[in-house]
Amino acid sequence: MSVEEAGPMPDIISPGIISPDIVSAHPVARPLRLSALPAGLRWDGPFRRLTGVAALMVVAALAAMLVVLVIGALPVADRMGAGFLVTQAWNPVTDVYGAVAPVAGTLITAAIAMLLAVPAALGIAIFLNELCPHRLRAPLAVAVELLAAIPSIIYGMWGLFVLAPVLASTVYPALIDTLGPLPLLGALFQGPPFGIGVLTAGLILGVMVLPFITSVARQVLAEVPPVLREAAYGVGATTWEVSRRVLIPHARRGLIGGVMLGLGRALGETMAVTFVIGNAHRIHASLLQPGTTISATLANEFTEASGDIYVSALTALGLILFVVTFVVLLGARALLNRTGSAGR
Amino acid sequence: MRGGAIPVSPARLRRRRMVNLVMTGLCTAAALAALLVLALILWELVIRGAGALSLDVFTRATPPPGSRGGLLNAILGSLSMTAAAIAVATPVGVLTGTWLAEYGRDSRAAGLVRLFADTLLSAPSIIVGLTVYVLLVVPLGHFSGWAGAAALALIAVPVIVRTTEDMLALVPDQLREAAVALGMPRWRMIVGVTWRAAAGGILTGVLLAIARIAGETAPLLFTALNNQFYAWDLTGPTPSLPVVIFQFAMSPYRDWQDLAWAGALLIAAGVLLLSVTARLISARGRK
Repeated sequence: MSVEEAGPMPDIISPGIISPDIVSAHPVARPLRLSALPAGLRWDGPFRRLTGVAALMVVAALAAMLVVLVIGALPVADRMGAGFLVTQAWNPVTDVYGAVAPVAGTLITAAIAMLLAVPAALGIAIFLNELCPHRLRAPLAVAVELLAAIPSIIYGMWGLFVLAPVLASTVYPALIDTLGPLPLLGALFQGPPFGIGVLTAGLILGVMVLPFITSVARQVLAEVPPVLREAAYGVGATTWEVSRRVLIPHARRGLIGGVMLGLGRALGETMAVTFVIGNAHRIHASLLQPGTTISATLANEFTEASGDIYVSALTALGLILFVVTFVVLLGARALLNRTGSAGR
Repeated sequence: MRGGAIPVSPARLRRRRMVNLVMTGLCTAAALAALLVLALILWELVIRGAGALSLDVFTRATPPPGSRGGLLNAILGSLSMTAAAIAVATPVGVLTGTWLAEYGRDSRAAGLVRLFADTLLSAPSIIVGLTVYVLLVVPLGHFSGWAGAAALALIAVPVIVRTTEDMLALVPDQLREAAVALGMPRWRMIVGVTWRAAAGGILTGVLLAIARIAGETAPLLFTALNNQFYAWDLTGPTPSLPVVIFQFAMSPYRDWQDLAWAGALLIAAGVLLLSVTARLISARGRK
C-alpha cells in the first residue's frame, strides 16, 4: 500500500472551515504569540521538530557511514593508487593489496545466485498467482517467506555441514566427470571436489535471495489488470501463454526491480558465504575451487588486521561494496517506483 | 501472439498444450523445491539442535573445548544487546516514519529521507559493523556491547521507519480530518488518532526489526566481539548467540559444533516465532 492509494492529503487546516485557533497553528497563517495559544497547540511545533530531528538522524547515520568509509580508505589509496582496483595480490606482509579477487568473487557468486533464483522465483510467483488452489496460496506464500526469516548464519551452517558434504561426495564429482572434459566450459568444473567453494556459495545465496525476488514478483504480477488476463484467456491462450505473453511483459519493470533487490542482497550477504566459500584470495577458473568475496574477506580478516594499511585496504573493500549495493538499490527503486508497487 | 488470429490446427494445439503442461509443471516444481529446501533446513536444525539441547545450555557459560558448558552468557548478551538496540531504534524509527507520513509526505525532503532509509535498509550489515567500529570501538579503545547495540540499532531503524510509514499511510485522512475538526491540535491528532489506528502495524514493524537483528552476526564481529564469561554490563566485549555460533561452528571440536547447533535452533525458533507473530498481527489489522 502506498500513499497514492490512500489518496492525496487534503489541506485539512484550510482557513474558514476550522476555528481560528487551529488555523493559527498552520504555518501559512500568522501565529499568535506563543503564550496566547491554547496549551495543547503550544506543543505542535516542538512535536513536529522532534519527528524532523529523528528523520535527520537517519540521514546523518548514512552520511556518517559514507564519510567513515571514504576516510578509512584513504591510506591504501595513497599507497596503492588506482592499482588497488587492478591488483590481484593480497599480501599483508609486504602491505600490497588488490581488490580484484574479492570483487570478482562477489560478482561471480551473485551471478550464480541470480541464475538460480530468478527463474525459480518467477516460477513460484506464477505458481502462486495462477496455478495454486486458492486455499493453499496464503500458507505457501508464508512458507516461502519464512525462508527469508531464517538468519543467514543458519544458512551458513547448513551449507557447511549438510550441503557441502553432499556436493563433495556426489554432485561435484559427477560435474567434474561429465562437464570437466568439455572445451571452454570444462574449465569451470575442474579440480578436486572440496564441496566448499564459489559454486556452493552461489547456491546458498540463490536460496537466500529467492524469497525476496518471489515476494516482489508475486506483487507485480498480481497487479496486472485482470482485464488483460481475462482477454487473453478469452481468445484461448493457455496458462503459460498468458503468463509468458501478457503477465511477464506487462510487469517487466517491476520484475527487474525485484531482481535488483535480490541482487543487492546477494552482493552484500556475509555469514552464509563466509562459511562455505573457503576464503582463498585468488581467482580460479574453476567454480568448484575456494575463493572469497568482499564481505567474507571483511568477516575473516578484520579483527586480525594489524597495521593501518591493512585495515584501510579492508575498509576500501567495504566502500566498494557499499557503492555497488547503493547503485543496485537506486536501479531497483527507479524501476519499482514507476510501476507503483513495493518500491517505497 | 504477434498480430493476426491464432491458427487452430490440431497439431499446433497439441504442441501448445504440451508447452503449457511442461512450463506449468516447472513452475510447480520450483515451488515444491523451495518448500523442500525449507523443510530440509528446518529438519536438520531440529534434529541436530534438539540433540544438543540440555539444561546446561541455559545454565552454563560457553566452555573451553572438551569441558561442560552451555550458552548462558551468549543468550544474555544477545538479549541485552537486542533490548538496548530496540530501545533506541523504536523511538527514532517511529518518529521518522511519522515525519514521513504526516509532515514530509510527497515533499522533496521526504523523498531524500526515504532514499536514505532505504539505503540503510539494504546496506550490507557488515558495512554497518565496519562504520560503528570506526566511530565507537576505535575512539573508546575496546570492543563493547554498547557498540554492538549501536550497530544493531542502525539495522533496526530503517525496518521500523518503513513499516511505520506504510502503516500510517493506510490510516484514512478522514480520521485525521475528524480529529482536527474536533479542535485537536495536530500533535494530539497524530498521537491519539493516527498512532492508535496504526498501533498494530507499528508493533509489527518493531517485531520484524527484532527478528532481523536477533540473528545478525556480521555487525557484531567488529563491535561486540565475544567473551567467554557472563556479561551483565555492556561496557566490555559482549558475547552473543550468533557470534558464538559462528566461532563454534567453524571450530574443529565436536562438542563446540553441537553447542552451535543448539544455539542455531534457539535463534531460529525465536526468529520464526517473532515473524509469524508479526504476520498474524498485521493480517488481523488489515481485515
